[in-house]
Amino acid sequence: MMANMKTMFDLNQIDSQGGNVNVAINEQPIAAKNALEVRDLNFFYGSFQGLKNINLDIEEGKVTAFIGPSGCGKSTLLRTLNRMYDLYPGQRAEGTINFYGQNILEPAQDLNLLRSRIGMVFQKPTPFPMSIYENIAFGVRLYEKLSRSEMDERVEWALNKAALWNEAKDKLNQSGLSLSGGQQQRLCIARGVAVKPSVILLDEPTSALDPISTGKIEELINELKHEYTIAIVTHNMQQAARVSDYTAYMYLGSLIEYGKTDEIFIKPKRKETEDYITGRFG
Amino acid sequence: MTETSLSSAAPTPQALHIAKWQRVQDFLFHGITQFFAISVLIALLGIIISLVINAWPALYTFGPGFFFTQEWDIVNGEFGGLIAIYGTLATSLIALLIAVPLSFGIAVFLTELCPGYLRRPLGTAIELLAAVPSIIYGMFGLFIFAPLFADYIEPALAATLGQVPGLGILFSGAFNGIGVLCAGLILAMMILPFIASVMRDVFEIVPPVLKESAYGIGCTTWEVVRNVVLPYTKAGVIGGVMLGLGRALGETMAVTFVIGNAHRLSASLFAPGTSIASTLANEFGEAEAGNHLSSLYALGLALFIITFIVLAIAKWMLISMEKKQGLKT
Amino acid sequence: MKNASNINLAIFAKRKRTNKIGLALSMSAMVLGMFFLSWILGILLFKGFSSIDLSLFTASTPAPGSEGGGLANAIVGSLMLVGCCTLISTPIGVLAGIYLSEYGDRSRIASVTRFVTDIMLSAPSIVIGLFVYALVVTTFKHFSGWAGTVALALIAIPVVVRTTENMLRLVPGSLREAAYALGAPKWKVAFMITLRAAQSGVMTGILLSLARVSGETAPLLFTALNNQFFSTNMNAPMANLPVVIFQFAMSPYDNWVDLAWAGALLITIAVLGLNILARVVFREKVQA
Repeated sequence: MMANMKTMFDLNQIDSQGGNVNVAINEQPIAAKNALEVRDLNFFYGSFQGLKNINLDIEEGKVTAFIGPSGCGKSTLLRTLNRMYDLYPGQRAEGTINFYGQNILEPAQDLNLLRSRIGMVFQKPTPFPMSIYENIAFGVRLYEKLSRSEMDERVEWALNKAALWNEAKDKLNQSGLSLSGGQQQRLCIARGVAVKPSVILLDEPTSALDPISTGKIEELINELKHEYTIAIVTHNMQQAARVSDYTAYMYLGSLIEYGKTDEIFIKPKRKETEDYITGRFG
Repeated sequence: MTETSLSSAAPTPQALHIAKWQRVQDFLFHGITQFFAISVLIALLGIIISLVINAWPALYTFGPGFFFTQEWDIVNGEFGGLIAIYGTLATSLIALLIAVPLSFGIAVFLTELCPGYLRRPLGTAIELLAAVPSIIYGMFGLFIFAPLFADYIEPALAATLGQVPGLGILFSGAFNGIGVLCAGLILAMMILPFIASVMRDVFEIVPPVLKESAYGIGCTTWEVVRNVVLPYTKAGVIGGVMLGLGRALGETMAVTFVIGNAHRLSASLFAPGTSIASTLANEFGEAEAGNHLSSLYALGLALFIITFIVLAIAKWMLISMEKKQGLKT
Repeated sequence: MKNASNINLAIFAKRKRTNKIGLALSMSAMVLGMFFLSWILGILLFKGFSSIDLSLFTASTPAPGSEGGGLANAIVGSLMLVGCCTLISTPIGVLAGIYLSEYGDRSRIASVTRFVTDIMLSAPSIVIGLFVYALVVTTFKHFSGWAGTVALALIAIPVVVRTTENMLRLVPGSLREAAYALGAPKWKVAFMITLRAAQSGVMTGILLSLARVSGETAPLLFTALNNQFFSTNMNAPMANLPVVIFQFAMSPYDNWVDLAWAGALLITIAVLGLNILARVVFREKVQA
């Protein structure tokens, strides 16, 4: 009991240091617009149902975190948002996901176009087998025609956004694989940011990284969220509490509870949520 | 905060145009790559069809008995495939009888006995030797091996195995050097590195845990190989052997140099003969259209079908071993 | 060590003996195999080397009965045949390999193609020569370097297809997903990301296919045939090392036999050299 109270106390401290949650409570957006609205989403791996009747909104300009124990479906849900599952036969989704009003689960939806508007960063850093410059230019070149100087600017801008410019500016022509793990992940973030999507999906972006790199990336998320809508999957509850405005708790394919982060962590409405957050089960 | 990514959720007209064009590109990409993949199938079909068409006159004239007839009379236009087929089968069989046990020994050596520092170089040496072109073996056979064979080995064989009743007839006759037995031996040398490296690859797949548990109860190395490694890799070993057989059946150069190229069927292995591949190599260039050419095509068709069946069985066995891997690991 | 009383020493001794015999047989198999193979290569080096001099590369093949001569026309012819074969078989093989790897999980056609490709890998090359003769030589009514190229390509393509597919499959799916996540179309993901990641492996496959066709004789016997004179005309019979070796080795002329040995050595050096190069390229990739 004492240990549990201490945990909540710690979360409070982190919150007040960051100041995020307090700010969010005072600063009610004038017209809260939703970037993504998920309605009655069911997902199947073959005959196995991975997601059951998911209904939630992802508000634009905010960070929404998905937490829950392994196998709860949080990564599955994230991967429906940019239809990444479409690469694999046998996986299918039913329901509606509205991206600024347009249902992206429709068969007519152009997937490449969708993914240029909704970007994703993966758990394992995946730099392309090319130079750092080319890594970033690759995505930009897909849908934009930029001159050499414009591209240079965009690369610099993206690397700055990912807090990697100072470390990378002298080795833009070196292979992306020559960077350290944490740097590679920031490169992947820069790559995703460079194409200027509306939404960035982060699938456990720091679970393969050391604590210092993790801290840097969490700072990044705090910076980025002013301009992008961010959805992040994490198995680290403290991380969710640190960086997100909204949190969704999932368990065994269902959405158990969804709300403002501070409410979820301080006053969860459902017992299942409280059990998970206080560590009664993991 | 001038970048308004949030409100620019809708794609630009340029992006829409690019996306549409990409759909066309992907469609073409799928079509082109699929076409080239199918071209291999088309080639196979083409081979079978063209062989059948060109062999048809001979098959029609001589009937299915063609493959069991001993004739090969170019002057009078009477042909039969038995001699060539016998040569192909006999040389391949001899080659397997010698190469398989030796390859097995080499594979066991490389996986169980070889000291660590030698393993890589020797393994690489075997693989490189499998790449040596067969014409080299042919030349070696003709100029070096056959004379020695005639002077020392054939007399020795005649004096020993040639005296055994029943078996002796295989080792009778003049000591020509070149002949069916010599061709079989050269063929054995040729397929030896190939089968050895396939077997070694197959043996290396055995999970160490399995072998360790056998050693753990006190088995000797030989017993581990016999009772653990071999049963586990059975399908792979058979597959490898059949792959070697497939190679041996189709081999031209290693055999043509030393088989003697005589259209004669003889009980003795010392006698010269011919195989399908060497008949084709020697006669196809000058054959006149008509029964001769058509008979040659018929031989080619027979060889292709036999090889195809052997290789298909080999592939099937290797796949079934891989499936077993999937179940166990 | 005190033996437990239930161990039957006789059985144990027999097992030990069997083991020793079995392992001794293995070792002797290795020694025997190595002996023969070094013997063959040694003879090749000895006989081939003594016939190598400058005229080998400058003079063309001699007429029957005439003295001296070289292999210049055969060397050039082989280079052209193998070179053209590689130019044809590489794009076809790589694209087919891409199909099998990127589309091959959902398609029945892909599994059949894979099966057939593996069989074609070991198919008798003389039958391929027969096929190309029937298809190309009879159609155009003459032997030609192009016919030889087609025959060699039919042998090289399965090699390239299989190695390309295997190498592409080794590229982790997460790399492809990262490219798709940016909105890249499938062909760009395949070429600019996946193929690029696997490039040294694919290069190895191409080198191996080169090595394989460099030593092939049978498919050229009735397609490119041979040419006594120096010629770079692909539309006519083309001199090439393997067929020259075949003709010269079985002949009664001494200088022809010497040239055959020299040619055999040249081919072996080329084939082994390409194989070693392929391994070095591949190892570099693994270390990178």
